[in-house]
Amino acid sequence: MSEEIHETNVETDDVQERRRGFLRNIGIAGAAALVSSPVSVEASVGSANPDAETTIAEMLQGHFVLMSDEDKKKAIARLEKRYSAQYGKKTIVSDAPAQDGVLFGYALNISKCIGCRRCVHACVQENNQSRNNPVIQWIQVMKIPKGNFSFSADKLDKGYPESSRIGDYGVQVGGNAYTPVGGLSTEEAQNYYPQDEVVPDKNFFYVPVQCQQCEKPPCVKACPVRATFRDPNGVVVIDYNWCIGCRMCQLACPYGARRFNWGEPNLPPEEMNPKTHYLGNRPRMRGVMEKCTFCVQRTREGRNPACLEACPVGARKFGNLLDPESDVRKILATKKVFRFKEEMSTYPKFFYFIG
Amino acid sequence: MEKILSFAVDFGSYAIKGGPRYKAWLLFLVSIILIGSYTAYRQLTEGLILTGATDQIPMELFFANFIFTAHVAAAAILVVAPGYFYHRKDMKELAVIGEIIAMCFVATGITFILFHMGRPDRLLHMLPGTGYTNFPNSMLVYDTIVLNVYLYLNLVGISYILYKKYVGEFDTKALARWFTPVIYLAIVWGPLIHICTAFVLSSNARMSEWATAVLPFGFLAMAGASGPALVVLLFLLIRKHTKVHINDSVIDLMTTIIGWSLGIILLVFASEYFTGLFSNTEHAASLNYSMFGHNGLNMYVPWFWGIVGSIFVCFVAILTPFIRKSYDRWLPVVCVVIFLAILLEKPMMLVFPAFSPSPLGEYTEYHPTFIEYFNVLFTWAIGFISLTLLIKGAVGILSGEVKYHKPIATK
Repeated sequence: MSEEIHETNVETDDVQERRRGFLRNIGIAGAAALVSSPVSVEASVGSANPDAETTIAEMLQGHFVLMSDEDKKKAIARLEKRYSAQYGKKTIVSDAPAQDGVLFGYALNISKCIGCRRCVHACVQENNQSRNNPVIQWIQVMKIPKGNFSFSADKLDKGYPESSRIGDYGVQVGGNAYTPVGGLSTEEAQNYYPQDEVVPDKNFFYVPVQCQQCEKPPCVKACPVRATFRDPNGVVVIDYNWCIGCRMCQLACPYGARRFNWGEPNLPPEEMNPKTHYLGNRPRMRGVMEKCTFCVQRTREGRNPACLEACPVGARKFGNLLDPESDVRKILATKKVFRFKEEMSTYPKFFYFIG
Repeated sequence: MEKILSFAVDFGSYAIKGGPRYKAWLLFLVSIILIGSYTAYRQLTEGLILTGATDQIPMELFFANFIFTAHVAAAAILVVAPGYFYHRKDMKELAVIGEIIAMCFVATGITFILFHMGRPDRLLHMLPGTGYTNFPNSMLVYDTIVLNVYLYLNLVGISYILYKKYVGEFDTKALARWFTPVIYLAIVWGPLIHICTAFVLSSNARMSEWATAVLPFGFLAMAGASGPALVVLLFLLIRKHTKVHINDSVIDLMTTIIGWSLGIILLVFASEYFTGLFSNTEHAASLNYSMFGHNGLNMYVPWFWGIVGSIFVCFVAILTPFIRKSYDRWLPVVCVVIFLAILLEKPMMLVFPAFSPSPLGEYTEYHPTFIEYFNVLFTWAIGFISLTLLIKGAVGILSGEVKYHKPIATK
């Protein structure tokens, strides 16, 4: 019932965007077939154009937060020059500072989500992820089966011990005990359902997972060089030029939110988003970690993250947790809200809600 | 100065001298290093995409092997400690061999970590001064510190002992005042590198198979088994082929340590499996996966039972006096099995299965690539060639074949 309403929303809101996304995906597949070597577009362009090479100065630059304003300017100029040459378009690398008095929070309505994964693809386009080899997507949508309720009277005596003087109804092993009843369990989750699958499937519900922007992020604790850190708005960001690629953060993250550039990223120049932020969506290099930043390049300018804008059913809400009038605060006040994997005591600012 | 130069020359020239089998062994290692330098070059230029690692299993064979090298390196103090703590005369002379093992394995482990890193070119970011260390939060920082300190402590110890023996001034009763603290510190530091390595793993709450309090104990027990197994093999070889005298009592002490350690490993396994499987909560999911597989993914199942089985068999074997005393035949076999079982335990039981289920419930199998295998072999070959040469040179000095002669011709 509610799914049908959402379907109509899709038709009216976003048909254009969806078609474009679809064509783009075909384009990616085509590009994937053409690029055979793991050393990619970037390297081949780089060899032709000295500006596209990483300079010694860039290799030796320090931690972004610790740089002087002058050094920051130089670092950004270097990057803009390199990216512009590499991707053949004027690239802006912003270092817009965090806003004052803002703590960003996100709320996602799992009863509305239809599992279309438009957020995933909007994120890839916005944030310049590697399109293939390695494929990097910051949002992963779990497709979780609703309960199948195969409780049965035949299984009442499947207990252990099977028979005793107390009766034949011991602790259930198998039997009715293992009947799945749905619920937010990752045990039966399917994360790789086909892209052309008709969604939503009535027997499943969908839970998108991305970086939960924890208040107590285990990844930040684990990073040996503090390449990843919490910014003043509570968003966990990465200085891609400082990361040493040890992957301790990936090991620490209970949400599987971090993605590693296992090889040189493959970002087709025509799909590159030239409006970037130093700590956000600027193109990454081989051997560094990356993750969702709530679109730091957008949110620091007061815009919404790309995944929110792409959502056809309005399941995603974003806002300032310090502002009682924000969407997120209203949801926290009025809906049934929970945090994913609360037992990890990471205190995410990404909330799931029902209703 | 002239003494030091002649020490280096004599040591080096003795180290590469040897029979045809010794030469063949060195040649074999060199050829692996030659092939491996190509695969290492490939990985350094193209990235970790050439290995089998994925976002689901981000730790590769390098990381697993690193843990093993830490085992052996930590265990080498078991050769040093009896001589210095308990004043066992038969072992004090041999302490230097233990330190050589420790140093070579720590260096090998650090090389594995360089292969593990996505950006080894940014190593400077970890150093004080040029970098920023996340102290006191990151366990990897502690591990880096303890590993490097252990490396240099042993380097100092080895150089001092060998040099003093070479020039004929070594007297265990009159060690330099600074040297005794160094060697005692090295002995204490051995377990420390291991405990820190265990904490690098167990500090990750989401890795439910690793986030267990018995992990450091299990690691120390595995160190106590795998390290002395290598030591026994080396001592048997040295005693057979060189003039260095090694008492049966030394070998027996090592086999006793191996036996106790294997017993403790089995106890650690048993308590982990009992705690996990009795309530069988989600924390036991990885354990179930490696014991019984999951929906047809059962790559790790034979490894699990094979390794646990061979540890058990070795435990029984080494408790049998006949096998323990069979220095030429059964003891080396048992030691090789122990060494390999614990080496293979690392990737196939400890590291890879622990990543399934992933935080979002994915089950994955790990398939190493050829490049990865060769890079592992490359690193081991570097480790073993330095171990071989250093031990050979040390044997020359311990046996008195290499010593300082005052140059007569100059007068």
